Order: sequence, then C-alpha cells, then structure tokens
Amino acid sequence: MLEPLLAGGRSAGADLVEVFLERSDHLGMLAEQDVITSVSPAFGAGAGLRVFLGDRDGFVSTNDLSTAGLRAALEQALGMLGLVLPLQAGGRFDGLPELRDFAAAKEGWLPSCPSLAEATSRLLEGTDRLQAHGQHLQVRRGSYARDWQEVLVAASDGTFARDVRLHQSVGLNVLAADGDHRASLGRRYGTSDSPDDLRQWDAEAAAVDVCSSAGTMLRADYVEAGQFPVVLANRFGGVIFHEACGHLLETTQVERATTPFADMVGQPIAHPSLTAIDEGHTAGAFGSLAMDDEGMEPQRTVLIENGILQRFLSDRAGERRTGHPRTGSGRRQSHAFAAASRMRNTFIAAGPHTPEQLIASVDRGLYCKSMGGGSVGPTGQFNFAVEEGYLIENGSLTRPVKGATLIGDAKEVMPRISMCANDLELAAGFCGSVSGSIFVTVGQPHIKVDTITVGGR
Amino acid sequence: MASNESLTTSLDAEVLRQRLASLALTEGVRRWDLGASCSTDTSVQVDRGEAKQMKGAQRSAITLRVWNDDGLVGITSTSDLSDAGLARALAGARDASAYGNVDEIPDFSPLATAPLPVLQQPLSTPLSILTLLDTLRDAERDLLGRHPAIGTVPYNGLAQRSSDRLYINSDGACRQQRLSTASLYLYARAEEAGRKPRSSGAVRLAYGAADLDVAGCVQEAAERTIAHLDYAPIATGRYTCVFSPEAFLDLIGAFSSLFNARAVLDGVSLSRRESLGEQLAVPFLSLHDNGLNPANVGAAAFDGEGTPTRRLALLEGGVLRHFLHSEATARAFGVSPTGHAGLGAKVSVGPDWFEIGPTPGSGGGAPGLDRFAPGASGDDRGLVVIDSLSALHAGVKASQGSFSLPFDGWLVQNGASRSIEAATVAGDIRTLLNAILGFEGPAKVTPDGLCPHVWVEGLSITGDA
Repeated sequence: MLEPLLAGGRSAGADLVEVFLERSDHLGMLAEQDVITSVSPAFGAGAGLRVFLGDRDGFVSTNDLSTAGLRAALEQALGMLGLVLPLQAGGRFDGLPELRDFAAAKEGWLPSCPSLAEATSRLLEGTDRLQAHGQHLQVRRGSYARDWQEVLVAASDGTFARDVRLHQSVGLNVLAADGDHRASLGRRYGTSDSPDDLRQWDAEAAAVDVCSSAGTMLRADYVEAGQFPVVLANRFGGVIFHEACGHLLETTQVERATTPFADMVGQPIAHPSLTAIDEGHTAGAFGSLAMDDEGMEPQRTVLIENGILQRFLSDRAGERRTGHPRTGSGRRQSHAFAAASRMRNTFIAAGPHTPEQLIASVDRGLYCKSMGGGSVGPTGQFNFAVEEGYLIENGSLTRPVKGATLIGDAKEVMPRISMCANDLELAAGFCGSVSGSIFVTVGQPHIKVDTITVGGR
Repeated sequence: MASNESLTTSLDAEVLRQRLASLALTEGVRRWDLGASCSTDTSVQVDRGEAKQMKGAQRSAITLRVWNDDGLVGITSTSDLSDAGLARALAGARDASAYGNVDEIPDFSPLATAPLPVLQQPLSTPLSILTLLDTLRDAERDLLGRHPAIGTVPYNGLAQRSSDRLYINSDGACRQQRLSTASLYLYARAEEAGRKPRSSGAVRLAYGAADLDVAGCVQEAAERTIAHLDYAPIATGRYTCVFSPEAFLDLIGAFSSLFNARAVLDGVSLSRRESLGEQLAVPFLSLHDNGLNPANVGAAAFDGEGTPTRRLALLEGGVLRHFLHSEATARAFGVSPTGHAGLGAKVSVGPDWFEIGPTPGSGGGAPGLDRFAPGASGDDRGLVVIDSLSALHAGVKASQGSFSLPFDGWLVQNGASRSIEAATVAGDIRTLLNAILGFEGPAKVTPDGLCPHVWVEGLSITGDA
C-alpha cells in the first residue's frame, strides 16, 4: 500500500513524499473526593501525507486508511503544489528498505498497563492520601492519562520505521478554602515507556507534596509588583528556559522570522554560566523518543554552551527552508498535524553552586518554588505564572506570596541567568504549539535571574 | 495498522442509528446515545508572498455512551466509524460503565426531541485551495504595504471547513446540523531600527471563504500593529482601565465557572447554589449567553446532549440570574437543561457566546465615557487601554478569583495614546465586576461575543518604568 503511494507522488514530480500512519489508544480517568467520576477510553487511527516540492509542502490528514482514501489524500496534497498523480507510476523511487522496527520489543506494553480496576484503585488511593494529609481541602482530584501510540513513517527518501510510544501521567490537584482564603494547586508526574508507571507511583509522597504546598499558599499574601532578582527552583522551574528561549531555537521560528537568535549561531546569547541541552534519550523521560515523527533517531543537541548559541532544533521542513540540519526533533501530536521542530527533554545543565548560595546572594527578591504554565509571543515576550513563591529577604526565604507572573523578553533575560546550582532535575510537561500538544520534559538546577519583571498587585 | 473502510465525508444519521441499534441489540445494550461529527478542512499559510504550508483534513469522530444493566454510564470515543470500530467502541463503553459514578448518573436530556431553533446558516461551496492561497497572498501583501516597519506576518491563515454533526439516542432523538465556516487571521510583526519588535493582528469569521471581510481584517491588523510602534514603559501602580471588547470577553470567559452549574456542584466555582439572586456586579451590568445571536458564526443548534441552544440571562442588573446547565446539573438544581452540555462520562458544561452591555433601564453607569476626552482619567496618571490579554491559561486562577495577565495596550494621557511596552494587569474578578464604571461606545461583534469597551477603576498594573 505504501510503496505505490510514494512512487506515485514521486512520479507526479514531488521532491519527497512522506506517509505517517498512526494507531492510538487513550485512557483518561478522574477521581473526585472518593469517587471515580469519569472513565474515558478513546481509540483511533489515521494518516498524514506530506509532499514537498522545493521548500513548499502540502499536507493532508485523514481517518480513511483505505487504499482509495490514502490515494485521495495524496492527490489532494499533490494538487496543493500543482502536481497531478499520473495514471502509472514509474521511476524516481527505489522502493522501501527493510523496516527499522523500534516497536518490536514493545508489543506487550499496552496489555501490561494497569487494568481499569487497578487504575481506578490507585487513583482513589491518591485522593484518599490527600484527605489524610490536607487541611481545609474543599476539592480533592486525581487524574490519570495513558496514551499508547503506534506510528509508522515511510518516505520516498528511504525512511521506513515503526515505533510504539507509551506515556502515562498522574496528577493530584486540590482546592483549599478557609473563609476568604483560597489556594488551588496541583502536581503532575509523568513517564514514558514504562507500563508499570502508575503501579510505581508514590501516592503518599505526592499527596504530602501537594498538601504541604496548598497549606502554605492558603494564607499567602499577594506579591508586590516590581523588578526583582529571582531564584527559580529546579525541576519544573525549567519552564522558563522552555518558554523564554527553547521555542526561539526551533527552526519553525527561524522560518517565521520570529526569533531574535536566527543569525547568532556561534555568538553569545546567554550568560557564560549557562549551558542548555535538548535531547530525546533519557530513559523514561516524558520527552524521550526512539525515533521522531519523521522516522529519525533523536540526537543530543547542545543548544547553548557557556552562553554561546550552538544549534537550532530542526525537522524536515526546517532543514529544507533554513538549512539547519535535522536533529531528530520532528514531532506532532497525531496524524492530524504536520511534524514541526519541537523540543524533547530540554534542560539547563548543572552549575557549580548550591541552591543555598543562590538564595544567599539575594538581598530582596522572589523564590519561585513551583511554576504554573506560560507562553511566548511572536516578539519573544514570554510570561509564566508562579504557583508557589516566597520572598527572599537578606539572603533567606521568608513569607509565601501568591499571584506572581514573571514577564520578560528572551533576549534580555538570558544574559541575566547568572548562577546555576548543582541540583539538576527534570519534570514532565505538555507543550502546545504549531504541531499540537506533545509530551516534553523541562528541567534545570536552581538558577538565579539577576532581575526580571514580576507582575502582581 | 487498522483499516477504516466505511468512512465518508458526511454522516447519514438514519444509517448510523440503525447500525448502532443493531450492534447494541447484539451486545445486549438497551440504552445508548452518541455524538458524531465529520468534517473536511482546507487551509493555507503564506510567508512573504510564498505558500508556506497548505493543509487538508478529513476527520471523523464519534462518542458513544451506554447505560449498563445497573443503570451506570460508560463512554468511548473513536475516529473509526466502521462496523468493527463501532463494535469496539460499544464494548469499550460497556466496560467503562462498570466504573460509572453511582452518585451522579446522566440521563437523556428531556429536551433532546424539543424543536430546534431555526438558524440562518448558509452552506457555502468550498473554494479551491489555490484560490485560498491567492486570497491570503494578496491580504499579506496588502498588510505588508501598510507601513515600512511591518516586515512579516508570522502568524496568518485562511481556512474553510464543511462539517456535519449529529446526536442520536436509543429513545428516538435524532439531531443533525450541517455547517460551513471560514476564518482568516493576520498577525503582523513590526520593527523599527533600534526598537523592540511589536505585534498585533485581527481575525474574521464567515460562513464561506468568499464571504470573509478580508479588507477589514487587513485594515484592523494594520491599525493595531502600527498603533503599538510608538511605545514606552509604564509605571507600576493603580489605574483606571478600559478593556477592549475582545479583552473583556476573554476575561469573562476565563471566569465563566462563576456561571457554570457543573463547577458549582464540583465546588470549584466562586458561586454557590444559593448565589442565584445575589448581587455579583455593578447594578447596570447585563451578561447573557446567546449562541443564537445571528452574529455568532457557526452557532450550534443543539448541545452535546441534543438540548436546543437558547439565550440565557446570567447577570441582569448585576444580579446572578441563572447558571449554565447540562441535563445532570439541571436535574440537581430542579431546572431545565440550558443547552450548554458536552457529551461524556462526566458531562462538561460551557458557555457559547456572550452578550455584555448595560442593563436596560439602569442608566448604564457613567454616561458619555470617552477615553480621548480631556480629563478622562480624572488625574495626570492617565488611562490604561487593555487591547488584548495573553496567557489566560496560566494567569487566571478561576477557583480563587484572581488573575495576573500580560497585556497589549495603550496609555492614554490628555487625549494622546502611546503603546505600553510590557505590562501585566492583576486583580480579583469579583472586585473587578464591582468596579466597572460604565461602557464606552457601541457593542462590537467579536468571535467570542458582543461587548462594548468597558471601563474599570483601580486595577493594578505592573510595568517596567
């Protein structure tokens, strides 16, 4: 089925034809208080066909995997480039090589995942532990998601690869309320390629973590607005680099001319203390891949080394349009999206300091223990919410504060990351962008930003 | 890989009903309902005169809900509408029903067979993708030519969709709606030498690509982008703010749990059951949800449970009048469903399209508000115009009522306006709703609703000055 499509597309005049086939099996689950309130299975299949001609491309996705359906999709994609599928394919395609099958050892993953009974039981254990450890909890929620995906990529350049991915995540959220005081807070844990993930989840520790933070934040005052030095905690604190800089190092941003770093490879863009890496190898990490969604094995990409910009993250289209070589970073949510250059496991490397040294270096500032979400705009302006923050006064943590938003400009903030601690840790997350919502890892050690605008009251 | 050979680009409701009825009979499932949709989409993006990406999509989806012998509900969703796919979905839903919530069992909406509103929604014939491409190229060229500082239009797109959705249940309800829609968005990036890049844009919707107001979209995108070129930092402090219709609708949408019966029952709304009848806002504010407004392009005639869409008063004279309901929440409150439900094991509830403005007979707050009038701000500090809010997903704590959001806007002092370099606005939604001073100008139609400019006093602004 695949070779005639690829041969036909090439015979029509396309430079490259790529077929992405997908099967998916999802389970979502929600526990509220001590009751399972939603069990939502979903499954599906589809294909995405992409045709390149020069630096232009046409992309068509379909749920119709019949021969006629795929042929119709190819005809539509070719038509976007002014090409017509010939009656008979001939030449310009040498056939597919032997399948590179990354999935062979993973066939048993889906049946090895927790059953509905086991998953519901573990989730209720989580909300029960919240009740045991929390105070003033008005709402206790536990959520679980299991995403299994089988993908096959075939392209007229000889790409022919198959993989199976498994992502599981479990989250606990609470709303604490006492009079006029309210605090909503959550944590999510996620891994890839481990059917036992939910079984091994430490519900007790997770509940203690969430309840401790909610209890602290319940009566926190609103943060005073202004410009301060900020110390960002490790793990999910890495969202600052993801939003402020990581997106600007994707070739999709080079194509759009929306990154200030487009012509700065080999030049300083950050403080000399900062080295940043994006890779897809860390075992079990949310953003790890055996192959990207264009069939390429992921690389370990040093983005910034000692403040000097080294490389951009690139996919097929990025390579064709910007000249930056592919890095195994072509990713998409599903067959319905064309792949784009996206981050995988992205982190700032560990530095020489201890977290205590960073905090001790600040006379008056903000310590961000836990970050909420964030985003970056077309001019490089980024923002993200602080979920759990503390004032730093005279080199020590004092009062908890809430309502802080950090805003800034990537080009200005990167040189201000002046200290990196020695406690690098990673955290699972989701990233939404041009090719949909994908699993990623953010990470960093504790870092210090010399000054940043803190939005508050 | 699985195959899916029965897919079509339109849905035959009667055929689907018969297939489900037959499968359900075989599996011993007596009570079921489903929501299904299919669509075809084409879209284009351009980059400085060149086609950047052209996309097409054929999508199908079905969510199947079954009641087991104990009366508990389970669901499964799939994109596979073949007989095998439907059979697997039915079996999956039945398995999931073993974990149905005994404390809240959804039922068919009592309004699932009530008459539907008649919507004037012309079906348009899709244009060829090359026509879309030419149209977008022309629009981009026009926008790039509006000011030398506008160098790119990095976010742009022209898309059209033909869709078909339906709701069917085993008691005989059968709803179907066919629709065609088109959208255009243009977000330009402008940069002057030695200055920071600035960006803004505009969106237009219509029932067909040929009906889009392309010239208006270009004009608005150009005006907004150019208006941000001359910028300066703003001093941190408290300001009277003027929300654009888009910004105010975004903020109300982010806090719509105030009006959401599902959120009330779940304990995550700032409202409680007994909040109905309480004064929530200034006594001259009205807020209705009205998916049926003729300006709401692509309005749904019915919700996920088959309940007809209707206009619903949420605030009148600042008083909380009604909540948005699904079948289950309506039953819990002893009222009728309002047509705001999704379809799921736990049915979600959400707004359609807001209408915001002065309550008739209330005076409408301070009269004659005009941000450019001499002394409009009442002091030398000036007025802050909030044109668009960003990062609502991160900066809004709906269950706490607080928000801290980056925005694009202008500082208006003595009739002159200057773009604000970078700033956030922070506050509490309940305080904000009671600090509204009044409205400026006529209500404007936006993709999310109808609203005039809204003046609010005493909001906290953080700037860089």
